[in-house]
Amino acid sequence: MTDRRATATEKHFLQKLESYRKGSLSRRDFLAQTGLGLATAVMAGTMPGLARRAWAQGSIGDRVVIATWPNYHAPESLEAFRAATGATVDVNVFGSNEEMLAKLQAGGASWDVVVATNYTISTYVDQAIIEELDLSRIPNFDPSAFEARFADPGVINGKTYAIPRNIGTTGYCVNTSELDSATPTTWKEFWDLSRDQLSGRTMVHDYQLTAIGNALKYYGYSFNSVDPKELADAERLLIETKPHLFAINSDYQPSMRSGDAAMSMCWTGDAVQLQRDIPEIAYVLGKEGGELWSDFFTIPASAPHRDAAYALINFLLAPEMAAQEARFHGYPTGDSRVDALLPDEMRSSPILYPAADILNALEFGAAITLTNPVRAEIMARFKSA
Amino acid sequence: MLVLPLLVVVLFSFGERGAAGGYVPAFTLDNYANLAARWTAFQNTILLAPLGTVLCLLIAYPLAYYLAIKADPRWRTILLILVIVPFWTSILIRSYAWIQILGGNGLPRLIAEFGFGRPRLINTPFAVMVGIVYGYLPLMVFPIYVALEKIDRRLLEASADLGSPPWRTFVQITLPLSLAGVATGSMLVFILLMGEFLIPQILGGGKVFFVGNALVDLFLQSRNWPFGAAVAATLVMVMLVIVTLYLRAMKRLSGGRDDVAMM
Repeated sequence: MTDRRATATEKHFLQKLESYRKGSLSRRDFLAQTGLGLATAVMAGTMPGLARRAWAQGSIGDRVVIATWPNYHAPESLEAFRAATGATVDVNVFGSNEEMLAKLQAGGASWDVVVATNYTISTYVDQAIIEELDLSRIPNFDPSAFEARFADPGVINGKTYAIPRNIGTTGYCVNTSELDSATPTTWKEFWDLSRDQLSGRTMVHDYQLTAIGNALKYYGYSFNSVDPKELADAERLLIETKPHLFAINSDYQPSMRSGDAAMSMCWTGDAVQLQRDIPEIAYVLGKEGGELWSDFFTIPASAPHRDAAYALINFLLAPEMAAQEARFHGYPTGDSRVDALLPDEMRSSPILYPAADILNALEFGAAITLTNPVRAEIMARFKSA
Repeated sequence: MLVLPLLVVVLFSFGERGAAGGYVPAFTLDNYANLAARWTAFQNTILLAPLGTVLCLLIAYPLAYYLAIKADPRWRTILLILVIVPFWTSILIRSYAWIQILGGNGLPRLIAEFGFGRPRLINTPFAVMVGIVYGYLPLMVFPIYVALEKIDRRLLEASADLGSPPWRTFVQITLPLSLAGVATGSMLVFILLMGEFLIPQILGGGKVFFVGNALVDLFLQSRNWPFGAAVAATLVMVMLVIVTLYLRAMKRLSGGRDDVAMM
């Protein structure tokens, strides 16, 4: 009898440990449910050394909430942060910057760290949504390790509001085994193939910036255009192409993998992940140009756990940790210290590090596109057509 | 408590969009004047919501009839549980299962094996309809089941004894007495369908656009809250009109009995 009970408790403990490890149980609940918390408290009370350590761990709190993108953080990095600081990382994933901004504007989003793309930073600062960063609390950030064009959007009027986290491009992936012709090289071919050979097999992002921007590229206009005539051309192309599309969705990996889709607008990291498993999938940056972007760590003015936010940013910016993250998500970091730590096949990948002439044709998204009502309406008409 | 959120929506609908999105207090009717910009979304919803309701009804009625009247009482509870089981997981997860079934490697591949070509099923209005019928079926089955279950069996026996063929018993007794369940189920499904956005998004590949999808985009993407509020307020008005007409029609159909419409 006694024996069986002992085993049951052990099993219960292991189950709880497992749920805790997977993140479905918070640290506090884990300690409470297993009785470890009480045990630790008793021990800490009798051992002065332990007590001080427990206090040091508790100083940043037991929780930090990050708003970020899908497939963007290696679970082991967040686990390592928890092990080092005692703070569990809650990850909230979003599909677009617009959605993050909507939640921040509505208030009540209690996030500590927000991963935002370059073109949103100035709006966030204007709206007093994010605050200037105290760089002394992020010693792992070394501005000299970054190319100016990737770090600059984070600095406004000489004040640093955002720290670069990753850089990337928006091109398209195409399964070359489905093509009769050579691998395409332009956005013009993307839209023409969509309506011809790959009709019914192409995906476009559910995202105004890239869907409209890359349609503008068909005509050679700027990716960021808000000119009414140019936008009207892009809208006509989008609506003409729509009946031929497989889907309007930014989650294109499953459909590319299953073979339902043969071509899709695509970000660097997704291309790396797709190509890893399906080598025939090529990543194309249109010769006409397109989007180059960098993502940033920011801290909202409303952050409830500011200390933990600084600790997390600093932790993830340590070159070894950032390299581990890069190996996971497949985006370059823009940080030369991290590049040096990446394996050769990543460093020599044209997807991660495109040739300079292709890269220089790309444009950073402009702040105006985030708030431009005409672009928003075009997207709505495209989706409802 | 119930009215307050609605008041906020109405208030917002007269406002203006801020430069970076959101709401700026104002008094303008521009948002309502601009409703035509979402006409396609309204059109799709007003077309697909009744269609979905009717399809649900056509499938749910025989199922509920079987469960309440024909099924062996020993099995009835198990069968009823089977109808509820899908409700235990989120509609999101169940819709993803349909992506696998309707996707190129699911049913279409099976159909191709039999030599009937390889139809595109996923990301079509058809897929959305399948998802809707699947998702809302239990909501239709249960009210009808309850109504059928309450019918006094002696009425059916009496009808048979007096020489009515089964179809006549059904038309004259069973159907009228179960009408209350049909009314409740249809209303429940219809009202929820008018606001549906998840199924068209997931199974329609973002290409089938309901008012619900227009609202999600207006609030979460373009952050045009005043216009979104105007669309939402209009949707509520449209629903009020339709539901009122529907209740009147049901009342007339049941010969002026209130209980049918109000159940």
